[in-house]
Amino acid sequence: MDLFANLSMGFGVALTPTNLLYAFTGCFFGTLIGVLPGIGPIATIAMLLPATYALPPVSALIMLAGIYYGAQYGGSTTSILVNLPGEPAAVVTCLDGYQMARQGRAGPALAAAALSSFFAGSVGILLLAAFAPPLMSLAAQFGPAEYFSLIILGLIGAVLLASGSLLKAIAMVVLGLLLGTVGTDVNSGVTRFSFYIPELIDGIGFVVIAMGVFGYGEIISNLGLSEKEREVYTAGVHGLLPTKRDFKDMLPAVFRGTAVGSLLGVLPGGGALLGSFAAYAFEKKVRLRPGELLLGKGNIRGVAAPEAANNAGAQTSFIPMLTLGIPPNAVMALMVGAMIIHNIQPGPQVLTRNPTLFWGLITSMWIGNLMLVILNLPLIGIWIKLLKVPYHYLYPAIVLFCAIGVYTINNNTFDIWMVGAFGFIGYLFIKLGCEPAPLLLGFILGPMMEENLRRALLLSLGDWSTFVTRPLSAGLLAVAVLFLLVMLSPAVKRKRQEAFKE
Amino acid sequence: MKIKSHKDFVSGLLFLGIGVAFTWGATTYKIGVAGRMGPGYFPLLLGILMTILGILITVKSLAIETESGDKIGGWAWKPLICILGANLAFGVLLGGLPSVKLPATGVIAGIYALTIIASLASRRFKLRQVLILATVLAVGSYLAFIALLKLQIPVWPAFITG
Repeated sequence: MDLFANLSMGFGVALTPTNLLYAFTGCFFGTLIGVLPGIGPIATIAMLLPATYALPPVSALIMLAGIYYGAQYGGSTTSILVNLPGEPAAVVTCLDGYQMARQGRAGPALAAAALSSFFAGSVGILLLAAFAPPLMSLAAQFGPAEYFSLIILGLIGAVLLASGSLLKAIAMVVLGLLLGTVGTDVNSGVTRFSFYIPELIDGIGFVVIAMGVFGYGEIISNLGLSEKEREVYTAGVHGLLPTKRDFKDMLPAVFRGTAVGSLLGVLPGGGALLGSFAAYAFEKKVRLRPGELLLGKGNIRGVAAPEAANNAGAQTSFIPMLTLGIPPNAVMALMVGAMIIHNIQPGPQVLTRNPTLFWGLITSMWIGNLMLVILNLPLIGIWIKLLKVPYHYLYPAIVLFCAIGVYTINNNTFDIWMVGAFGFIGYLFIKLGCEPAPLLLGFILGPMMEENLRRALLLSLGDWSTFVTRPLSAGLLAVAVLFLLVMLSPAVKRKRQEAFKE
Repeated sequence: MKIKSHKDFVSGLLFLGIGVAFTWGATTYKIGVAGRMGPGYFPLLLGILMTILGILITVKSLAIETESGDKIGGWAWKPLICILGANLAFGVLLGGLPSVKLPATGVIAGIYALTIIASLASRRFKLRQVLILATVLAVGSYLAFIALLKLQIPVWPAFITG
């Protein structure tokens, strides 16, 4: 096993004109939705997924992955120029980025965001390439009991990240798991909770849930809020390059952000979002150098560190998804769903059965990151123009693409009714302060969880202690319990509330 | 007893209801035992867990004081009806309703209906602009989905294409 041989095999796949085109398409759409507030990667991946059915799996995954990490680049543009996060992970970038724009330093801020994202993304991909194969061979030894415990850990991690009440987040996970039981039970052939509707025999489509809840639900809720005027700071975008001093200031911050982001991306429940918050909090603790602006007043470190972290996290969150088949966040859950649609069972066998897919995807991510720097720096003018497209032109288009996309999955209008129903449910949850991301994760992991629970207990002849007597499984469960205890401790609870208020 | 958090109170009851419904539904399937689970086993476990969570959330909403009562706030009825209505109209026009013998009118008619109805939700509704937007979307979708991706979507009304 030679990393370089594998990488060159990957480049062989990623550098074909078709795959380059799909990587570009993914990055383009990713930047687009990253720039536009009000639509996120979950809804976009769900919308574009039906269009990938006819593609070879590797091209499809290359494009869908591009949407996710592309959105991390685009999100910073809106944060810096409009003081609105284009993407949840870019929330903290608003703090210093917008201040820099107001001081006429939008150019350096944008450049800092793009360059630190590129550096962090490259590191994240290298980590993915280096750590995925050994993790996969470890995962190959996992039995059903270990998988079950791992899924529990993953779901509890997802709860960690949800804003608001812990109990409600757990309830949302359980609701996702319950929705996952709808349809034919693979073991007995019995159709569960389908109410004699033939379309429900195969279960509820995850695209339908993602589009309804994250597309329609969000749009309805956005339209209910009073429209704020968007003030775009475009006058300041000239002279993109940061000064020598800027580079000196931001370089250590980029390293720190990359480290924090890479680490948090791998954790269950992790991904781009957690990393950017943690990296910013970390930068706040670092002592200021003489003459440096305070964080929050336009310090370039406040842009570079979270942007590095969210992009590193976006890349490393592929590690658990690709190696174990356990998605750490809702976007990765969609990727798992996409792989299953393309008849690839995510997990340790991907590397042995589809090595070209695995390495092709990884190398394409690096190429994609390179494209994104070009898309986001020299071509920044295009995105600024797009920022001026008013929301009342945008949302009918989003509704339309959801409706067409969902119809084309089965060429059946039933899916259109379902997406409408989940749109209502999504809006209801937003009104009730229940975050929907854990639901999607539970929904994707539900069938996997049931299957592993059944097999584990079948092997142990119905003895539940198998989960704590097998050392690996016990270790995973112990970590999950630890997570829960940490979250319930009063000090962390307070911190968590503060973090989500910012 | 006073409700201390309206959001939690309603979501608690909602989860409780869902939990009870799934628990009851699961018992209509074969449950089996842990070593040999029937199709009802896993949903039953989850249903019971959901019911407990629902009760906990409801109790908490009555017991723990929140700053402002955690009100749910007004519903955005207009956007809700417009978006869901647009979606419904699109589906009906695209596929027709065989049960009431309504013929399919195709995706182009659907796009116009969807764009107009969805745009009604905005305070800045101007018919002329909306019609331009609908035309752009119709042409764009035709090129992208039909011409480029070659998806099987009925484009024109069934009585024209036969």
